[in-house]
Amino acid sequence: MTVINIKTPMSKEDRKKLKAGDHVQISGTIYTGRDAAHKRMIEALKKGSPLPVDFTDQLIYYVGPSPAKPGEIIGSAGPTTSGRMDAYTPELLEKGLGGMIGKGNRSEKVINSMMNHVAVYFGCVGGAGALLQSCIKSVEILAYEDLGTEAIRKIEVENFPAIVVIDTQGNNLYETERKKYLK
Amino acid sequence: MKTIQTKKIIDTVAEMCIEANTFLSEDMLESLRTAESSEESENGKEILKTMLDNFEVAKRRTIPICQDTGMVVMFVSFGQDLMIADGSLEDALQAGVAKGYEEGYLRKSVVADPFIRTNTNNNTPAVIHYKVVPGDQLKIKILPKGFGSENTSALKMLKPSDGMAGVRDFVIKTVEAGSPNACAPIVVGVGVGGTMEKAALMAKEALGRPLWMRNPLDHVAALEDYLLEACNNLGIGPMGLGGVNTVLGVNVEVFPTHIAGLPVAVNISCYVNRHVEREL
Repeated sequence: MTVINIKTPMSKEDRKKLKAGDHVQISGTIYTGRDAAHKRMIEALKKGSPLPVDFTDQLIYYVGPSPAKPGEIIGSAGPTTSGRMDAYTPELLEKGLGGMIGKGNRSEKVINSMMNHVAVYFGCVGGAGALLQSCIKSVEILAYEDLGTEAIRKIEVENFPAIVVIDTQGNNLYETERKKYLK
Repeated sequence: MKTIQTKKIIDTVAEMCIEANTFLSEDMLESLRTAESSEESENGKEILKTMLDNFEVAKRRTIPICQDTGMVVMFVSFGQDLMIADGSLEDALQAGVAKGYEEGYLRKSVVADPFIRTNTNNNTPAVIHYKVVPGDQLKIKILPKGFGSENTSALKMLKPSDGMAGVRDFVIKTVEAGSPNACAPIVVGVGVGGTMEKAALMAKEALGRPLWMRNPLDHVAALEDYLLEACNNLGIGPMGLGGVNTVLGVNVEVFPTHIAGLPVAVNISCYVNRHVEREL
C-alpha cells in the first residue's frame, strides 16, 4: 500500500491531487475542535466577530483528548464522530478551511460545500487514541480554554495516519467501498 | 451479617474504571483477531490491524484505548444480607467513579444539564442500575459508554403483528444507519419485550454478555445468529470503509411483555465494548 506524505497547510492545488481511498501521513500544524468549539465559533461569526484561528488552507481535527499523564503533553487522542459538526462545517469551509479529520459520514450539504471550496475529508481509525497520540509532538491551547477537552488546540503532528474518505470531487469511500462487500 | 466499608467500594470502582478504559477484555480481543484474519477488504484489514496495535500501545503505556472514556453505566447486584458499614452505597459508587477518572487521567465527558451543558469535571454522575438479590455479595459491573456508538442506538415500540420479522428489520436498519459512525465492527445489544425502559435496559445489559455466549433460548439464539450474518452482509466493514466485518456479535435478551406490545431496543457499542465485573 502506497502512503502519501502531506504537509500542512495544504493549498487548493495540493488538495485537488488527493483521491478518495488514498492513504496519507500528515505532518505539520493542525487544529483541534469539536462540538462546543464549533458552536462558539459559529456564534462568533453571527455576531461579526473574528474566528480565533485563520483556517485558510488548514486542517481541523475533531478530537477531545483525554488528560495528559504527568510528563506527557496530551492523553489519548483519537477522532470523534464528524457528523455532529455538519451543521457548522459549511461556514468554516467558506472561511477557507482546507479539510477535516474525523470519523463517520458527512451530510450532503457538507459534501457539496467541500466540492465548492475544494476541501478534503480525512478519516482515521476511531478508538485508536493511544496510537494516534504518539504522532502528536506539541500542543498549545489557542482558544476557549474554559471548554477543557473541547478547547481549540494547535498541535504539531508527525506522520499522522489517515485515509482520504471524501475528496474534492465528492467521491465518497463510504459509498464506493461498501458496494464491493454488500451481499 | 457481612459488612463492607465504603472505602473498599470506592477503591474498587476507581480501579475498575481505569482497568476498563485501558485493557481490552479477552472476548473482545479474540473476536477482533478473528475479524482481522477473515477480513476481505484491504482497508478493513489495515484498520483492524491498527485497532489491535492500539490496544498494545494503550496497555504498554497505561493510557486510555480511546479518548472517549465514556459515561459510566453500572449494574450493581446487592445481596440483601449485606450491610454497608459507614455510609451510602450510591455515594461510594459515585465517589469511586470520580476517583478513577481523576487518578487514571481519564476524560471527563459528563455535563451537568443536557441544555446548559457545563462539565461536572469528575465524570459523575454515573448511571447506576441496582438489583437486590439473595445472599451477602456485592457484584459490580461497569460499562464506560462512549457516545459515538451510544448516539446510533434506537428504540421502537413495534406491534405484536410485526413479530420476529419486524424485530429483525428494525435491528438491521439501526445497524445499517449507525455503523460507520459507531466505530465498526460493533457489538449489538438487543432487548425485546417488557416495557419501554425494560427493553432499553436489557439492550444495555446484553452488551456486557461475553460474545461467545449465546442466549439459552433456541429461538432467541437463532435470532442472534441470523442478525450477525445479515449485518455482516451489509458490506459496511471496519470504520464503515467496506468489508465483511461490520458486527462482532449480537446479544439478544427477552422478557415477558404486554398482549398489545412488542418493544425492541438496540444498543450499539464500538469494537472496544468496555466491560469489567467484580464481586466484593
